[in-house]
Amino acid sequence: MKAEQQYIDLYTQCEAMIARHSSEVMNKPRAKAFADFRSLGFPTRKVEKYKYTDVAKLFEPDYGLNLNRLDIPVDSSEVFKCDVPNMSTSLYFMLNDGFDSRDLPKATLPAGVWAGSLKEFSTLHPELAEAHYGRLADTARDAVTALNTMLAQDGFVLYVPKGVVVERPIQLVNMLRSNVDFMVNRRVLIILEEGAQARLLACDHAMDRVKFLATQVVEVFVGENAVFDFYELEETHNNTVRFSNLYVHQAAGSNVLLNGMTLHNGITRNTTEVALDGRGAEVKMLGMAIGDKQQQVDNNTFIDHRVSDCTSTELYKYVLDDSAVGAFAGKVLVREGAQRTSSQQTNRNLCATREARMYTQPQLEIYADDVKCSHGATVGQLDDNALFYMRQRGIAEREARLLLMFAFVNEVIDEIRLDALKDRLHLLVEKRFRGELNKCQGCAMCK
Amino acid sequence: MLEIKDLHATINGKEILKGINLTVKTGEVHAIMGPNGSGKSTLSNVLVGHPAYEVTKGSVMFNGKDLLALSPEDRSHEGLFLSFQYPVEIPGVSMVNFMRAAVNEKRKYMGQEPLSASEFLKLMREKRAVVELDNKLANRSVNEGFSGGEKKRNEIFQMAMLEPKLSILDETDSGLDIDALRIVAEGVNKLKTPETSCIVITHYQRLLDYIKPDIVHVLYKGRIVKTAGPELALELEERGYDWIKAEADTADR
Repeated sequence: MKAEQQYIDLYTQCEAMIARHSSEVMNKPRAKAFADFRSLGFPTRKVEKYKYTDVAKLFEPDYGLNLNRLDIPVDSSEVFKCDVPNMSTSLYFMLNDGFDSRDLPKATLPAGVWAGSLKEFSTLHPELAEAHYGRLADTARDAVTALNTMLAQDGFVLYVPKGVVVERPIQLVNMLRSNVDFMVNRRVLIILEEGAQARLLACDHAMDRVKFLATQVVEVFVGENAVFDFYELEETHNNTVRFSNLYVHQAAGSNVLLNGMTLHNGITRNTTEVALDGRGAEVKMLGMAIGDKQQQVDNNTFIDHRVSDCTSTELYKYVLDDSAVGAFAGKVLVREGAQRTSSQQTNRNLCATREARMYTQPQLEIYADDVKCSHGATVGQLDDNALFYMRQRGIAEREARLLLMFAFVNEVIDEIRLDALKDRLHLLVEKRFRGELNKCQGCAMCK
Repeated sequence: MLEIKDLHATINGKEILKGINLTVKTGEVHAIMGPNGSGKSTLSNVLVGHPAYEVTKGSVMFNGKDLLALSPEDRSHEGLFLSFQYPVEIPGVSMVNFMRAAVNEKRKYMGQEPLSASEFLKLMREKRAVVELDNKLANRSVNEGFSGGEKKRNEIFQMAMLEPKLSILDETDSGLDIDALRIVAEGVNKLKTPETSCIVITHYQRLLDYIKPDIVHVLYKGRIVKTAGPELALELEERGYDWIKAEADTADR
C-alpha cells in the first residue's frame, strides 16, 4: 500500500483545508470517497481493466499539490494563444485544477446557460449541483475516481437548460503550470437538459518542464433529445501522466459525439463509460492516438445498452512509432430487453516499428436476441505496395510514409463536426508526424 | 536514353532475369512481348527499383546516369515512369495531395519553385483532359473504388502530369474494353514527343495497333530471344509463342 499511503496521509492531514477551499456539494461525498479509496487501493495490473497501465507506479512519486489554493500569478490569455483560428468560441481557462475567473470570455451565452467554476456553481445552485455531482462517478468502483472525489476542490461546469441551443462552441483550455513536480485533480460537470444543444472542446496543455500528474473526472448528463459534441485534445509533454474518467448518461433520443485525440503526451489513461438509458439514444465515440518515443495511450471504453433501440459506434485509431505502447479495450454490454440495439466497434492500428506495441481487446456481452453488433480490430504496418507506388511517382520515402500515416488517422478527424477545428487538426497532425510538435503548438510559452 | 547490359536479377533468391541486353534510343517506342512468366514485369520492376528485386549482375545507364545507383524516387525525378499493371489503391490520400506531392518533389529535384495552388489545379485540369478523366475521380482517394479502366486512365493521367522521358507501360491493356483501350492509347500518343521514349510491355498485338512500336522484342526465360520490326508482333498474334520457344530452347541446347 505504499503508493496509496501518501494520499491517505495527505487527506487525513488536510481534510479541513481541502474542504475550506471548495463547496459544500463537493465536500459531501469526500468521506465516502476516502473510505472507498482506502478499501480499493490502486488497481494492480492483474485487474483486467488496468492490465496495460501500472496505476500504483504512476501515483507513487511525490508530487506537490496546491490544496491551500495559493494564487498562481499567470495571465492565462497572455500565456495561451491556442484559440483555433477562424473558430469563434467562448473561451474558458482552467489553471491546474482551479477555474481561472480572471479572464472570462466577453461573448455572452444564451440566457440560463452557465459555464464556469464548479465551486461557484455548486455554491450558487446547490440543488442542481447536488442532483448531478458524483451521481455517475461511483467512488466505490474506481480508485482514481475515488481519489479525485477526495481531493478535487474546483473544476468546470456547463449547464444548458431545457430547449436552449448554444450555437457558439465552448472551449476549455486546461493549463498545467508549476515549477515543481505537480499533481492536479480536476472535476468537470456537464448538464444538458431536455432538447438542449452544446459543443465543447477541451484541450490539455502542460506548460512547464516538470512532471505532471493530472486526474480528471467528467460527468455528463444528456437529457431527452439533447445533442452534445465533446472534443478532447491532449497536447502535453512526455513527463505528463493523465488519468481521465469520463462518465456519460444519455436519455431517450439524445445524440452524443465523443472524440478523444491524443496528439502528444506522456502516459495517458482514458476511461470512457456511456450509459444509453433511454430509447433511441445514440453515441458516436471516436479516438485517435499518435505515439512515439516511450509514450503510452490506454483507452478503456464501456458502452451500456440499457434499453432498446439505441445506437453506438466506436472508431479508434492509433499510430505508434519508436517504442510507443497503445492499448484499447472496448466493452459493449447489451442488456436483456435492449432489443434492436445497433453497435459497431472498430479499432485500427499502425505500428511503424518493431518496438511499438499495440494491445487491443474487444468485448461484447449480449443478452438480447434482436441486435446488430459487430467489432473489428487490426494491427498492421504501412502498406509496402502503396509506399512503392508513391516512391515511383517521385515522392520520397519519408514523405510517402507521412502521407500514409496522415491518411490513416484522417478518418477520425473527418468526423469532427466543427470545420475550423477539423482544419486545425489536419495541420497539427501533419506537424506532429513531421516531428515539429514536440511542444504544445498553441502556447506562447513554447514559442 | 536507356542502355541495359547483361542484366541479371533475382527475387527471393530465384533468378528471373538472366542477362538482358536492350538499348532504347531517344524518341523510340519498343514493345516487349513474351509468354507468361518470361520476366516482363520483373524487368519493369527492376528498372524502377522495386525493393523486392535484387540485381545480381549487369548495368543500366539512363541518360548517362547509373540508374541502379538511384533510389526509386530519384529514378522518377530523372524521368522514368512506370504505368503499373496493378495500380495501388491508397485510401485516405486524395489524388490532389498525391499529385501535388509528386509534382513538387520533382520540381524541387530540378531546382524549381513549387507550383502555387492555382497553377497546380490548372495543370490538373489540362492533363485530365488528355485521358478524359472525370473531375470526380480526381477528387477521390488514389485509385480507391476506381474501375479497372479508370485505374489505367489514371496511370496515364499521372504520366501526363509528370512528363517523363521514358515511360514503361506494363500491360496497360489488360482488363480494358475496346473504348478504354482507345482512350488510354490515344492519351499515350498525345504525350509522345521526339524527345521521349516508351517501352510497351504486352501480351497482345491489339495495343500495338494504337501505339506503333519501332522495335519489337520477345522475352523468354529471362532473356531477349528475338528482336525485329513491328511485323514480329503481327506474326506472334498469328502463330503464338510456341515457335519462338522452340527456337530458343533449341539454341539453348
